[in-house]
Amino acid sequence: MKIQIIIDGHMVQVDRETSVLHAARKAGIVIPTLCYHEALKPYGACRLCMVEVVQNKQRRLVTSCNFPVETGVEVFTDTDKVRQVRRNIVKLLLARCPEVPMIQTMARRMGIETSGFKKKELKNCILCGLCVRFCEEVVGAAAIGLSNRGTEREVTTPFKASSNACIGCGSCTYICPAGCIEMVEDTKTPGMRKMNIGSLSLKICPNDYKCEDCDIEQQFIEETKNIITQFRDKFSNSAD
Amino acid sequence: MTRITDILGLEALREEILKHRSKDRTILRTCISTGCKAQKSLKVVEALKAAIKEQGLEEKVEIKKTGCHGFCEMGPIMVIEPENIFYRKVKPRDVEEILSTLNGSGGVVERLLWKDPVTKELTTYERELPLYKKQDKNVTYRSGKIDPADIEDYIASGGYSALAKALNSMKPSEVMDAVIASGLRGRGGGGFSTGVKWRICSSAPGDIKYIIANGDEGDPGAFMDRSLMEGDPHSIVEGMVITAYAIGASQGFIYVREEYPIAIEHLSLAIIKAEEYGLLGQDIMGTGFNFKVQINKGAGAFVCGEETSLMISIEGRSGTPRSRPPYPAIEGLWGKPTIINNVETLGNVPIIISKGDDAYAALGTDGSKGTKVFSLVGKVQNTGLIEVEMGTTRREIIFGIGGGIRNGKHFKAVQTGGASGGCMPIAKVDMPVDYDSLREAGAIMGSGGMIVMDETSCMVDVARYFIDFLMFESCGKCVPCREGLKQMHHIFENICEGHGEEGDIETLTGLARFMSTTSLCGLGSTAPNPVLSTIRHFRHEYESHIYDRKCRAGVCKNLFDYLIDSELCNGCGLCRVKCPEKAVAGEKKKPHIIDNSKCIKCGICFNSCKFEAILVK
Repeated sequence: MKIQIIIDGHMVQVDRETSVLHAARKAGIVIPTLCYHEALKPYGACRLCMVEVVQNKQRRLVTSCNFPVETGVEVFTDTDKVRQVRRNIVKLLLARCPEVPMIQTMARRMGIETSGFKKKELKNCILCGLCVRFCEEVVGAAAIGLSNRGTEREVTTPFKASSNACIGCGSCTYICPAGCIEMVEDTKTPGMRKMNIGSLSLKICPNDYKCEDCDIEQQFIEETKNIITQFRDKFSNSAD
Repeated sequence: MTRITDILGLEALREEILKHRSKDRTILRTCISTGCKAQKSLKVVEALKAAIKEQGLEEKVEIKKTGCHGFCEMGPIMVIEPENIFYRKVKPRDVEEILSTLNGSGGVVERLLWKDPVTKELTTYERELPLYKKQDKNVTYRSGKIDPADIEDYIASGGYSALAKALNSMKPSEVMDAVIASGLRGRGGGGFSTGVKWRICSSAPGDIKYIIANGDEGDPGAFMDRSLMEGDPHSIVEGMVITAYAIGASQGFIYVREEYPIAIEHLSLAIIKAEEYGLLGQDIMGTGFNFKVQINKGAGAFVCGEETSLMISIEGRSGTPRSRPPYPAIEGLWGKPTIINNVETLGNVPIIISKGDDAYAALGTDGSKGTKVFSLVGKVQNTGLIEVEMGTTRREIIFGIGGGIRNGKHFKAVQTGGASGGCMPIAKVDMPVDYDSLREAGAIMGSGGMIVMDETSCMVDVARYFIDFLMFESCGKCVPCREGLKQMHHIFENICEGHGEEGDIETLTGLARFMSTTSLCGLGSTAPNPVLSTIRHFRHEYESHIYDRKCRAGVCKNLFDYLIDSELCNGCGLCRVKCPEKAVAGEKKKPHIIDNSKCIKCGICFNSCKFEAILVK
């Protein structure tokens, strides 16, 4: 079923259950994001995609990546309040990661020169969680996770030990917007990748990224086939 | 043990239990809840047992190990029925003397009675204690009166009759209507209408529905939920079964922190016993209704009290919140419609059903009905667990029930709503305590912690403490909460160490407003409350920290000096003897002097001076 919503004065027709972010993109309206990726479930952690919605005469800020469109909702993506929120997010991230090019570019575009905060760190990871979620949701390996909480939160392998679950696919390197995870062999621990966000012991690709003749690839396909067959058997059995 | 197989079976069992109870027995109600247990109440119980056996009083005297009586600082507490004589700070060596008064002579052990710290008057009976007199005990009514490990005690006091009434004479929708009509609102802090939440959940599509009792209490200075779980676990189980019946759930979870071992023990026992008696599990009271409950132990993360993280924690992943919508009532635990209620909310449910929604709604204000349990702590005369009608003023709680401020000091602020609550000054103490007035004043009901502070508390330091606590407990998922709290912590550290700068107050206010509107969950959006409320009501303290570099309360060590008032000092020399750094000098019977280059501001002299001659400058 299609429903209509108004985004910045434009009438947009989208499917039910679509997120506001999707609807806006469909209408050609750009909403900046950091932790959002089409291939992954919305996470709502970076808060950069916040927009103002008016629903039942109430105006409030919501994250557009996971707010479902509903009839009668009007969305504003470029109000003073929204711009102020984005600026504050980028300022806070700039205080955390002043040397990350992507954050620097974002800040420059918004006309932010300094974060304005006293506490400054030199971290690279913005904790958007893209690598972790990609590894779990798409690759299915779940080799890395987020450990600790609050200001100690970090991306790491379980117990910071060398990971057996990692298949060395390189998705994390590809998806990281801050360029934290490099695909470089570590000279200190041969066979392991060098990471510049701390001690992440992940494998390098044992097959030099020749996916077409890779055992893991074949194994993965076999496993998927098995799962499908099992499911079909079960389904046909229960249908009887 | 009899399994109850029909609705009438419960009444029959109750009569049976009451019939077998001898009426002329003396009952020694001894608290074994966390507060009293920490003060060795179990040793008292052991000594009692031994002495009773030795004197052959088994027939006449019974020891009842109860939950929290509420007056925890006076522990171990013992109340002697039927007269309800209240003894405090009972030691094993007092046992003989207590038993000797029970032989019909009617005497009391005077030194164990409660003495008013101001008037020095003794109070003999439980009902005459100022802490108890002005309370309205409803949910905590049974705590301290029954043995939480004994289901028969609960049944004898009218327990499970609300469940019988609901199952026997009410349709699920009627139960929900009654709870909506009662005006019960969530006691965990949010204050959403409980009945409306049930209604949403019950009409959500899906056969499988879950109920979670939220006992993950983590606020500093709060122990309401713990006391209820320890003292009256069956009321929570009963509330859960009624809820399950109303919304059509078949599985429930009680989420308790691992740090509450007694609560876990009592709840586990309550579940086992309720199942044995046919009040939980399969075919409840022969009606064909099934409902199971299991306990999930939390690993002590404050954020897991937030409903979405709590569910994720039960699912076995690390507790981080997710965005709402979808709300748990529609899509909760494992994607199924789920009701999460605070344990205190669930404790209210049987009362509503058995007393009727009209009677329940008669208590409280227009927007907030019933009673609320608070843990009254801090610098008041009487601290403990209290329950008052909604709409009672803070003045009544602090100066009436609490008996005013300790040691003749003056009231400065009261902090309500736990870590994310707000601090209210004296000007706000006449405001009623209910959801709406608290929100208006910049605080929240929260779970019900109430910390009273006197002039020796520095409000900047208080805000700093709560921000540190929240920074440590933030899950770190969203940027505003994680990075915002880190920046706030840094600013507070600077202010308290004497490096505050012009513009700090504005930066804090800006950050606080930004965090409250943009954070992912309730932790982040209420985290700035301590900052905003202290800036709003105690801005002058921030200003004196930043511009004058002075902490008038004498808390922030870099920002004050101790000084001896030469007129008040009579040269007793106590401070000189006690000073660990030998910073106090002076001759006997002549005013002393503090050498500030040696002083480490430990406050020993300040606290030990009997003439209040040591001043904070």
